[in-house]
Amino acid sequence: MFEAVAFYLFAFLTITMFYIAVTTSQSLYALSSLAAGMIFISAFFFILGADFLGAIQIVVYSGAVMALYAFGMMFFDTTRDVKEKQGNKAIILGLSILSAILVIVIVSAPIVGNNIEALYPVTEGAGNVQEVGMVLFTKYLVPFEVAAVMLLVAMIAGIVLAGKKMDLSLTLMTEAEILMMKEEDKNKKALS
Amino acid sequence: MEIGLNHYLVLSTILFAIGLVGVMRRKNLLMLFFATEILLNSVNISFAAISHYYGDLTGQMFAFFVIAIAASEVAVGLGLLIVWHKKHNNIDLDNMSTMRG
Amino acid sequence: MELFLYTALFSPLVGSLFAALFGASPKTKIAGIVPSALLGVSFLSSLVLLVLVMGTGLTLHVEMMTWMATGDLYIPFGFVVDQVSVTMMIVVTLVSTVVHVYAIGYMDHDKGFNRFFSYLSAFVFSMMILVMSDNFAGLFIGWEGVGLCSWLLIGFWYHKESASWAANEAFIMNRIADLGMLIGIFLIYWNTGTLQYKEAFAVMPSLDNAILTWMGIFLFIGAMGKSAQFPLHTWLADAMEGPTPVSALIHAATMVTAGVYLVVRANPLYSLVPHVGLFIASLGAFVALFAASMALVNRDMKRVIAYSTLSQLGYMFAAAGLGAYWVALFHLMAHAFFKALLFLGAGNVMHAMHDELDPFKMGGLGKVMKGTFLMMTIASVALAGIFPLAGFFSKDLILEVAFVEHHYIIYSVLLFTAALTAFYSFRLVALIFHGEERYKLFGIHPHEAYKFMLVAMSPLLLLAIIAGAFKMSYFEMVSKLLPATEYHVHSAATYWIMTIGTQLLVILAIAYAYKKYTSRDIAVPDGTSKMENSFAYKLLISQYYIPYFYQEYIVKAYRELSEVFWTKIDQKVVDATVDGIANVFYQTGERTRVMQSGNLSTMLKWMVAGTVALLSLAVVFGLAARYSVEIKTFLSGLGV
Repeated sequence: MFEAVAFYLFAFLTITMFYIAVTTSQSLYALSSLAAGMIFISAFFFILGADFLGAIQIVVYSGAVMALYAFGMMFFDTTRDVKEKQGNKAIILGLSILSAILVIVIVSAPIVGNNIEALYPVTEGAGNVQEVGMVLFTKYLVPFEVAAVMLLVAMIAGIVLAGKKMDLSLTLMTEAEILMMKEEDKNKKALS
Repeated sequence: MEIGLNHYLVLSTILFAIGLVGVMRRKNLLMLFFATEILLNSVNISFAAISHYYGDLTGQMFAFFVIAIAASEVAVGLGLLIVWHKKHNNIDLDNMSTMRG
Repeated sequence: MELFLYTALFSPLVGSLFAALFGASPKTKIAGIVPSALLGVSFLSSLVLLVLVMGTGLTLHVEMMTWMATGDLYIPFGFVVDQVSVTMMIVVTLVSTVVHVYAIGYMDHDKGFNRFFSYLSAFVFSMMILVMSDNFAGLFIGWEGVGLCSWLLIGFWYHKESASWAANEAFIMNRIADLGMLIGIFLIYWNTGTLQYKEAFAVMPSLDNAILTWMGIFLFIGAMGKSAQFPLHTWLADAMEGPTPVSALIHAATMVTAGVYLVVRANPLYSLVPHVGLFIASLGAFVALFAASMALVNRDMKRVIAYSTLSQLGYMFAAAGLGAYWVALFHLMAHAFFKALLFLGAGNVMHAMHDELDPFKMGGLGKVMKGTFLMMTIASVALAGIFPLAGFFSKDLILEVAFVEHHYIIYSVLLFTAALTAFYSFRLVALIFHGEERYKLFGIHPHEAYKFMLVAMSPLLLLAIIAGAFKMSYFEMVSKLLPATEYHVHSAATYWIMTIGTQLLVILAIAYAYKKYTSRDIAVPDGTSKMENSFAYKLLISQYYIPYFYQEYIVKAYRELSEVFWTKIDQKVVDATVDGIANVFYQTGERTRVMQSGNLSTMLKWMVAGTVALLSLAVVFGLAARYSVEIKTFLSGLGV
């Protein structure tokens, strides 16, 4: 009973939030509604008993990713309405509804639904976090490490792309060159 | 009323469709990234639901890695977005048509 | 022994290839000497084989290699040296050697000297394949080969439009006849299962007579083209556009006799269908008369000799059609010698008269060109059939055959033609070598040909004189293979009346020709005399208007049809279809290029559309897989 109420409530909220994120013309509203949507999705994870995943969702998605987006938006003029030259609305709506129907038809087909077997079954008694830990560090170890490397790469990429004077390397330059660079900056500032 | 796997799957499909609408509709690159996030989240829901109803942890693991990848994607994507903005001073999709056939 | 066979066969090929090496270089004597020498080698090998076959009655049969062995079809490259083929080999190689040596002198000032010898030797090689092959497929290869080389040689001076036209005419007419021959060969294969002579002829007696008749008819159609029988005869006279050695070799002695060879080789077949043989004989007699009539008034020296060849071919076919195969072959041999001699002599005259061909513009050349005069006169005497030269033994034998077989109409036609033959041959000799020197009016200074050319012609002269003596030994040799019917007129009195009567008739014709054409007041006819305007003259000089008929009603119509096919069908249908297909692809590319606009939003929409398409396919196939049994029963209920 509770489950049904929670499900429908959160479903309604999620859909509304995401709808706003997709259709509004103000980027700030889009950002906020997206963040709210993320939180409500984590509620689903908790309902489904995936505690670890829900926590991760809140921390990473609505915390880190949304913060990243917010910082990104600082660069752009957020008060200005996003002017969009609209494409054909009928095509967009038609395509998306069609794809939705098709996917529903596919996943609700009995032949798909009845042939699923559990690969890594849940062990009774342990909590979700413990189980996740057990599977993550044994069977999914290699993807885990690779994901770590990937995050490192992404971080460095973000820094290099977004920073100023990223083509110069202070550690590789000599003392004299660094002093000369500082002089030039001061002169430029004095002139401007 | 019993909430079954099908309910979650339908929900996931609706969210996916909304994400598709966003992807097709948005002309601002940043808004496009938002829509991409919606797509990824809808898939995560479906993974978690299947994992719950079949007693299998594979779905949750997959969702976990999807989150990790989405995060790094956002980082790099935003970096590129900033570089483009510095160069062209706008991020309208209609102006980004240099790779034409 | 096989060594001699291969030497005889392949020496001309080696000579041809050797001369071909110099094809693009300026004239060099070695390109003429080596092929001639190699042909001499070939002749000597044939001579050895002749001695072998004649002495021991042995036939040599080799299979060089397999050509086609697929399923039931087995065709080898096989060669046989039996009595018939060794006769042909001797004729071909002897005349070819003489012509080659002659041509070294004749083509002396020609730029295409090297090319000429290459073609000439290639021709001899094809002819050797034709006569030495032991199956119909090899025969056909040689057949086509001589046709090709004949085209190359007739159109040797290719920048002369009349020459290339004549070459095309010859080749196309031969091709039309070859269709008939191919059908005949197919019939033989279909009904007997093999193309080898021996096996095919062994099966034939057990076949249905109607089939055999068709086989005989179709094979003869092929012979008609090659040997220029009516109605495929116009190419032979036009083929005189080629150099004279070509006319001597191809259109006197070898290629045109290939048809006779075919009929002689297929004698088991023709013996089984005597009504076809009668048709062949009648056609032969008709052609003999027909050609002789056209030669009576012609003013082109080489053409007269060409019509003479045509006429004598008619004689050969008459003999072969009546079943006297060895007689036909004997006449072929004798005729080759004196006709080649005639042509070579005519070549000397042409060279002396700077390529002038009208005998009315010559005259009195006997004083200047003694050697040629002697040779041409003796050749004409042989042609006329005067005892004891070669023509008497061969031609009169054919007359005897016709008489003995009770075909009196054919006999009288051939007899009349013999008179005509004597007349026009000596008309030519008289006009050229006797009488007043009309050439002086045209400022020409003739001189005799090179000594070595005359020496080269001498073997032919000798054989034209003495070939008749070989009749009996020839008969003994060849009767081992061909039906050995001896033709004796029943009563001695009839025989002597016939023979003496024929000789008298011929001598009278010669005398009349001399009287008419050596008188002092022969002038160059200029179209005003009464005779020239008579209907008979006009009919004969324009060759019974047959070339005109062909040109107007066949060639022109065919050309129109080809134009229609070209513009309406080839351009509008075939090209349009091919271009249309290409255009479809091009336009598809053009239209779908719009998809790649570079606009990310549009591309995303296309991506979603593609995903939708794939999803629908998945649904459709999933449903089909799930409900396949029901679908099958449904469709079978509908009756599909």
